[in-house]
Amino acid sequence: MAQMNLKEAIRDAMRVELERDKNVVIFGEDVGNVGGVFRVTEGLQKEFGEERVFDTPLAESAIGGMALGLGIQGFRPIAEIQFVGFIFEALDQILVQAARLRFRSGGRYNAPIVFRTPFGGGVKAAELHTDSLEGLIAQTPGIKLVIPSNPYDAKGLMISAIRDNDPVFFMEHLNLYHAFRAEVPEGEYTVELGKANVVREGSDVTIITYGMMVHTSVKAAEELEKSGIKAEVIDLRTLVPLDIETIVNSIKKTNRAIVVQEAQKSAGLAAEIIAQINEEAILHLEAPVLRVAGPDTVYPFAQIEDQWLPSPARVIAAVNKVLNF
Amino acid sequence: MSKIPYEVYTEEVETLSVLSPDGEIVNKEYAPKLTDDQLKELMYRMVFTRTWDERAINLGRQGRLGFYAPVSGQEATMVGSEFALDKEDFICPGYRDMPQLVWHGLPLYQAFLYSRGHQHGGEIPEGVNVLMPQIIIGAQVLHAMGIAMGYKLKKQKHVAITYTGDGGSSEGDFYEALNYAGVYKLPTIFFVQNNGYAITTPFSKQTAALSIAHKAVAAGIRGVKIDGMDVFAVIHAVQEAAERARNGEGATLIEAVTYRFRPHSLSDDTSKYRTKEEEGQWSEKDPIARLAKYLEKKGLWTEEDTVRVKEEAKAKVNEEIKKAEKTEKMTVAGLIDSMFETTPKHLEEQKADFQ
Repeated sequence: MAQMNLKEAIRDAMRVELERDKNVVIFGEDVGNVGGVFRVTEGLQKEFGEERVFDTPLAESAIGGMALGLGIQGFRPIAEIQFVGFIFEALDQILVQAARLRFRSGGRYNAPIVFRTPFGGGVKAAELHTDSLEGLIAQTPGIKLVIPSNPYDAKGLMISAIRDNDPVFFMEHLNLYHAFRAEVPEGEYTVELGKANVVREGSDVTIITYGMMVHTSVKAAEELEKSGIKAEVIDLRTLVPLDIETIVNSIKKTNRAIVVQEAQKSAGLAAEIIAQINEEAILHLEAPVLRVAGPDTVYPFAQIEDQWLPSPARVIAAVNKVLNF
Repeated sequence: MSKIPYEVYTEEVETLSVLSPDGEIVNKEYAPKLTDDQLKELMYRMVFTRTWDERAINLGRQGRLGFYAPVSGQEATMVGSEFALDKEDFICPGYRDMPQLVWHGLPLYQAFLYSRGHQHGGEIPEGVNVLMPQIIIGAQVLHAMGIAMGYKLKKQKHVAITYTGDGGSSEGDFYEALNYAGVYKLPTIFFVQNNGYAITTPFSKQTAALSIAHKAVAAGIRGVKIDGMDVFAVIHAVQEAAERARNGEGATLIEAVTYRFRPHSLSDDTSKYRTKEEEGQWSEKDPIARLAKYLEKKGLWTEEDTVRVKEEAKAKVNEEIKKAEKTEKMTVAGLIDSMFETTPKHLEEQKADFQ
């Protein structure tokens, strides 16, 4: 088994699928020769040629539209949107066109597309490079949403996403690209879309989270353990479909929960998760489910992002609040 | 003041006409080579389309159709452009472009079902290479570019044609598609039916460009402007663009100047933005009357033929609307199942509420 960081694991997944299926094609701004601004596709054009991995003119809506056209033609496009804030330029093609294609064609056509985009704060990037826009995607019917937290999952989830016959929006946290290496099997394996992972078992409180916040939450759980509090941490891995079953099973055990998201607090995925907990497990709760999230502001310039982002201390505070309710 | 030598483009583009309003060939070298049978078939389809349009407007007023965008006046661009294509070529239409889909193979009753808001309307039969009409004005222009990229990567000599209007040519997506088609030399035909109005906004308020065809220049693709009331000019332009595309010579933007005799949709009042004089002038250019004159002089068509085709079309429309009305209603459960290939658990649960 090889040691890979998240970026290398995603690249390895794409390489495996390019090799396996001649219909897989990768395109986007700067993804060819240099392998993207974060080098996630580095070397793939050299290995698979310019017809399989190619640069596009700078136009995000056209990237989305080309993905749809190629999907109709039987290809399995992987379209990179260079930075998350640029998806607004492509939202009609992603959320209106690709996500609705199966519906509006009565099942005749589908859109087997993976839209990849880096996102996530804490790296002092420029404005609109880091925002957590997953809520926007999750609210749209017909598209799946994946946010991996570690290299093993990233590869397995990416392979599943490429093989999926529906559009998948795949968000890669910038802070995790190089954060750490982990063992990643060679060749093919999949991590099923729609299955959460209990990354740390505990009996006192459930912390439900995804992406970079898995690591923030695990740190908090390690701290809490020093005071004898056993927190269970759930990494959702896929936000659509959401694995509510794993969440409910955990709450049945712990009776208390918080949801941690990097995105702004209101009307986001945490609110949705809490609504579903209310529907499925309200009688198992000993306290209200709290949210730890960014405040409802625009994502800040770099100067204060460390304060703006949820920290282990804020997670610990929320856990103490539900424990002392 | 002397003219600056580096000015980009200031010349008016010529509009190609082949068939005069009197039914005379005025530009012989551009006349499409069609057999007598093909000419009669072309006329049949145009008359059929006009009759279907008139019936559809009535059906709309009776509440038997939903959204409907009238097509009369645009038969030359719609029927003619499809006539110039091969079966394998792909059509990405805008909201008014139902005739192209039906003549390319979409059953008429499904066109009616689509209008009635039934999902089966969009369930295009295998082997019919079309998408359903697009509502977002420029989106289909990108889809045609992407489909053309597919043909190029598969090394298939087919073309993707897309339709939008003068309004659609103002959309950002339009420019992105033209630019991509230029960069990748894609087999795409961008067919703009410039009917003078984007709902009510006149062409003069749409663009300050000398023509829509000029917009091809910036994308490095070929741009042509034709008389859109002249079916021979349409067929010539599309055939030529398709041939160039199949030969690897890239995309063409065709601006066809045309007119819709009817309102934009059934809920629009043309008297608020057009004059009777203008409408009268355009009706003199009627593409059907023009072709009829040509065919009558050749002894290929008579007034009786027109009457016969109208009757056939009425009967066919009646039959197909009845078929649409008899089609079992779509269901919420069916709708839910059309979200994903495999319906996820949460949607299965939501489905249960509707069964």
